[in-house]
Amino acid sequence: MSEQARQPGEAPKPIVIQQSPAGADFSAPPTSPEDLRLVEALRRGEEAAFVMLINQYHAPLLRLALLYVPDRTLAEEVVQDTWIGVLQGIHRFEARSSLKTWIFHILMNRARTHAQRESRSVPFSSLVDFDAEQTDGQPDADRFYPLDHPTRPGQWISFPPSWDDVPEDRLLSLETRGRIKQAIQMLPPSQREVITLRDIDGWSSDEVCALLSISSANQRVLLHRARAQVRRALERYLKEE
Amino acid sequence: MINAEELKCKEVVGLVTEYLEAALLPMTQEQLEEHLARCPGCRDYLLQIQQTISMLRALAEESDFPETRQDLLRIFQTWKNTQQTP
Repeated sequence: MSEQARQPGEAPKPIVIQQSPAGADFSAPPTSPEDLRLVEALRRGEEAAFVMLINQYHAPLLRLALLYVPDRTLAEEVVQDTWIGVLQGIHRFEARSSLKTWIFHILMNRARTHAQRESRSVPFSSLVDFDAEQTDGQPDADRFYPLDHPTRPGQWISFPPSWDDVPEDRLLSLETRGRIKQAIQMLPPSQREVITLRDIDGWSSDEVCALLSISSANQRVLLHRARAQVRRALERYLKEE
Repeated sequence: MINAEELKCKEVVGLVTEYLEAALLPMTQEQLEEHLARCPGCRDYLLQIQQTISMLRALAEESDFPETRQDLLRIFQTWKNTQQTP
């Protein structure tokens, strides 16, 4: 849009590719004015501010906690601990990240502590080997002829069956939701984290990268694999009559 | 890496997330859209990924926590009281 007219004789500007050094491209989204107002209100002890936060974040916190601790009671405990941590730490909040990222960081730390106390091996993306790089081959690769096939290189062996004829009721049914949750549960931990935050809770890619300390490229790979698995589970389920 | 002029179905399916994240190079994006225009299988696949995403999003609406809410408000009050009496 803002293409500047070049003076005659002036050399074309070299194209500079903005590229952050490896490992540094997950800067947290900044603290918004709205965040700062909430923080101030909370510091003054306004209950309304706290209610606003729990309305917004309690359910997603619980969802995330459930990825790390094995049962709901324990997850509830972790989230309660998180809220206590938020209140106790609010005077120290330094506005270096969004309030949301800060709160979820507290959750991750609490969940880790709980998990260690329970001495269960809990997979955190930061601790676990990067599973996206270990399983090579793209998801659904088995649905295609190989790329070096003489006549149909890289084409579908058979198209994915369309969902056009699946009634809306069925797509929205409790059972379908159950299947989706099941499919998520079977994903490798780091894929589960990413798909939960991105697609269920609607986080932006930047937010997810900041929380999990992963690059946006890694985030995309994890998301891609996770979505493909869930789609495939749905395909399998919706084929059943 | 994709070097052929035309994307193959297998490649398109592998690029779906990058496409939805608007992370493709303009040229690749163009090739992908050309492919989608003529390939019903890949169109369906993309549509299903999008449907999957909206079904996932719908899971967020399920959560409610009436009894926890009371506990949380008690936690808040306790904290507030300790704030006022340092």
